[in-house]
Amino acid sequence: MKRIYAREEFCLGCRLCEIHCLVRHSKSKKLIKAFRKERGEVVPGVMVESAGHVTFAMQCRHCDTAPCLEACITGAMHRDKKTGAVICDADKCVGCWMCVMVCPAGAVRRGKDGKEGKAASKCDLCAGDKTPVCVLNCPNEAIVYEER
Amino acid sequence: MDTRHLIIGNSVAAVAAVEAIREVDETGGIVMVSREPRHVYSRPLISYWLAGKVDDRRMDWRPRSFYDELKVRAVLGKEAVRLDAAKHVVELADGGRIGYEKLLIATGGTPIVPRIKGHDAAGVFTFTEWADAERVRDFIRQRKVGRAVVVGAGMIGVKAAEALAGIGVKVTVVELAPRVLAAALDEPAARLAAGAMTEAGVELRCGAEVEAVVARERHAAAVRLKGGEELPCELVVVAVGVAPNAQLARTTAGAVEVDRGVLVDDLMRTTAPDVYAAGDVAQGREALSGTKRAIPIWPGAFRQGRIAGLGMAGAEPERYDGALVMNSVSVFGLPTVSVGVAAQPPGDAEVLVSENAGVPSYRKVVLKGGRIIGAMLVGDIDRAGIFTGLIRSGTDVSSVKELLLTEQFGVLSLPAEYRKHVVAGAGIEV
Amino acid sequence: MRRWLVQPEFKVERDLERCIQCQVCVRQCANDVHSYDEEDEQVSSDGACCVGCHRCATLCPTGAISISRSQLEFKPNANWTPESIRNVYKQAEGGGVLLSAMGTDRPWRVYWDHLLLNASQVTNPSIDPLREPMELVTYLGRKPDQIRVERGPDGKVRLATEITPQLKLQTPIMFSAMSYGSISYNASQALARAAKAAGTFANTGEGGLHPDFRQYASNMIVQVASGRFGVDPDYLNVAAAVEIKIGQGAKPGIGGHLPGEKVDAAISRTRMIPQGSDAISPAPHHDIYSIEDLRQLIYAIKETTQHRKPVSVKIAAVHNVSAIASGAVRAGADIVAIDGLRGGTGAAPTTIRDNVGIPIELALAAVDSRLREEGIRNQASIVAAGSFRSAADVAKAIALGADAVYIGTSACVAMGCHLCQRCYTGKCNWGIATQDPFLTKRLNPDVATRRLTNLLRGWSLEIKEMLGMMGVNAIESLRGNREHLRAVGLSDREMVILGVKPAGE
Repeated sequence: MKRIYAREEFCLGCRLCEIHCLVRHSKSKKLIKAFRKERGEVVPGVMVESAGHVTFAMQCRHCDTAPCLEACITGAMHRDKKTGAVICDADKCVGCWMCVMVCPAGAVRRGKDGKEGKAASKCDLCAGDKTPVCVLNCPNEAIVYEER
Repeated sequence: MDTRHLIIGNSVAAVAAVEAIREVDETGGIVMVSREPRHVYSRPLISYWLAGKVDDRRMDWRPRSFYDELKVRAVLGKEAVRLDAAKHVVELADGGRIGYEKLLIATGGTPIVPRIKGHDAAGVFTFTEWADAERVRDFIRQRKVGRAVVVGAGMIGVKAAEALAGIGVKVTVVELAPRVLAAALDEPAARLAAGAMTEAGVELRCGAEVEAVVARERHAAAVRLKGGEELPCELVVVAVGVAPNAQLARTTAGAVEVDRGVLVDDLMRTTAPDVYAAGDVAQGREALSGTKRAIPIWPGAFRQGRIAGLGMAGAEPERYDGALVMNSVSVFGLPTVSVGVAAQPPGDAEVLVSENAGVPSYRKVVLKGGRIIGAMLVGDIDRAGIFTGLIRSGTDVSSVKELLLTEQFGVLSLPAEYRKHVVAGAGIEV
Repeated sequence: MRRWLVQPEFKVERDLERCIQCQVCVRQCANDVHSYDEEDEQVSSDGACCVGCHRCATLCPTGAISISRSQLEFKPNANWTPESIRNVYKQAEGGGVLLSAMGTDRPWRVYWDHLLLNASQVTNPSIDPLREPMELVTYLGRKPDQIRVERGPDGKVRLATEITPQLKLQTPIMFSAMSYGSISYNASQALARAAKAAGTFANTGEGGLHPDFRQYASNMIVQVASGRFGVDPDYLNVAAAVEIKIGQGAKPGIGGHLPGEKVDAAISRTRMIPQGSDAISPAPHHDIYSIEDLRQLIYAIKETTQHRKPVSVKIAAVHNVSAIASGAVRAGADIVAIDGLRGGTGAAPTTIRDNVGIPIELALAAVDSRLREEGIRNQASIVAAGSFRSAADVAKAIALGADAVYIGTSACVAMGCHLCQRCYTGKCNWGIATQDPFLTKRLNPDVATRRLTNLLRGWSLEIKEMLGMMGVNAIESLRGNREHLRAVGLSDREMVILGVKPAGE
């Protein structure tokens, strides 16, 4: 399947991927509005880690054998049959954070979606968009979306 | 349809096995037998259901189309009572018999009920399956329960207390150990968890032993502690632990060897040919110690079920890498995570701790020989899985030790080789 | 002492209606213009350190940043321009040589903008390059005085004249000498890869050839400069051609100086000098004090490469450029590269950059004319350098007599350079002229290669359009054909030097 891969050697650490991810997954989908009103509410599925000049964008690997799928007690975490992406159904999620506990990439985080205002938040590959927004908006093509 | 695969059980291990079988064997007949007359649901959700946070529909762990889509004949509401391993036949309580080519015992666990006086009074419940939650709910409604005592402050006890408190019942939790969630949390972490409980109005009695349930007119009226103190209540939830439900395996006159649970090898095979066991009923290898222990852990049950299913279908599964003791429990909204040997680290282990009382937040990493063997996080648990991954992989973290508890700890902090594996890995396993 | 008389050059303004406090600008500015105040939870900007490179404004997702020239105006003075006043302040405070980078920004006449191309009308009809083949292939190197053919034993006619080595270019545009050291590894790699992809050549500059770039060596010209960095027989033999660098348009008569702190392990290996030592290129080659000496070096190189590689001599366009070019040709140069006044550099004393040399247009015309007059034009190809901003500039240079051109600044701009002229600080926010690992990774060579290749493709297409419009179908037909040019607004004397008629004549 097509996955997002970080090219650590070209990551600027600008975090535009996080910004565009937040906007894509916001309610308003408008950059300024989403950032002003929904920052803190929407947890971006991609996170840039940096230490000195080493930086890269990390998001869910959509593992073939996904620990989060195995750990999910609600069935909220599921694999999308079409894209192969591992996706969390926020309406089913109860926020037990088993997935947070088992993800070796630390790519599932506590979000604020769902009925109880707490549901696991992670990369959904932009729900089947042709190109995820983090890839689309990386100014240095340091995030690529490809079959490997 | 012939019964190639017979599966006794209808929960996580059973479902994982079915899904694995269907990856390999698209047509072979599968029969699932379950004592409970229900569609596949999630047992850990019963506390959420009782609290009204999850409705009936959301209890489904797999879609309603599950049995049809995977071509499974579901025999629900019937208990398997006898196994003839030599003849490859399982007998049901109603006398029905089902033959099999491969059998999976995934009967889960049964709650332990101490034989204290009054344990059979009305208003005393265990709390492990949906029917329990239904009984508790109905009882509360009918009897207008105002006070409850939860015996045991393990994961089930804490979640039961949370649910009860959430629907307006005044709850007292009695725990024999000196702290809540004693198996998972150490003293400082348990203190934070206890704080969250008392803040929500729950009364805590740690280090207290229950002597009896005081019944009036055959109904529970109080819980008496050793020393004589009585805690008045109309409802008692007994949540002192779960034991493997290995009854079926014991009917084989030793063909299937049973210790506490059904003994299995790393391919989930029991001692009887063509009989597998997985999930809470099984007693398999534990990851860190290598000894065989029955560990009722959800992800472990899934993995075991999957391995069993692949084996049953004739595929060559990866060997079980052992159960890793872990749990993630949200205690009245306070997230806690405990993985590996974290609560009681061995004497020769190195323990790193960071605490932030204000938030509140607590992080602890237990190292041995440069490798992480345990991690505990309370409050800010984001990225806890990175520790789990490191424990699983046995990665030497000596070079990045001082980064483990820093705020910016992440994949970036990991040793370069492991980091590449995580960043690139399509099939990373933990 | 605080540089209190020198006021900021730029003003950075933040549209607070649009700013979302995302801090992309903070993370992108290597000059610390933007900062985030944790306490106030507010991003703010201080224009004092702004170099006007637009990195922040380009990456700002909401377009909240605008950069303008400082509004602080001096009393108008046609003689004492703000720059001249500021430079005096700077020197009064620092006491040193003022440094600059890229080509001169002084308003010297750009002759390209006074030359116009011809087009066919009615007679000699124009050609549609979309329908007809257009030939841009260019061969650089010595051409024989005459061609002799003979009939071979098989009865077929074949060339009897031995042709000396040639560089074959798919388009008459090459990348100028930019050393690894002055520009980043990624920028060097992109230039080399783009040259290979486009079928042209990149020049290593005097920094040696990084082992990783040997795979592109068949499309690289290696330089031998006064510092002789990284030069050994292998270096000379692996490349497509060798260029002796005598001078550079931005700083004729001046050497180079790569500070020791930039000489890291990789650069030290590539340049073959100790790590951390200053890489000093002397002003002259200390073994070349005459045309005869130059000839010795040319032939030393030819011997080392078994006469298989064309040898180029690069000189800066100075007053007597045509005589020097003639000498270089007579000394055995197969290619003469001439770098004009407006040519770029990674670092040069401002006063030299802005006041020394002559424009490439005049130098090119003069050299071409001189070599023709002397009957030796065929003995060497002429490569013009020193600021080609468009395909039109290139076409005009070809018409003035160039066989090909070198582009440096345009290539850098294609990679993202915003001409802030601060290459010498090593803090290039675009990852081009820097060795700072935090900054170099900003230039993804895959992206830069694509952009460079696109530029070459675009210009080549435009040149083909221009050829078709002039009614010719090969770049060879335009080469040195000054009839295709007319001048506007030039003096008679300038037109004589350029060999160009005034428009209307």
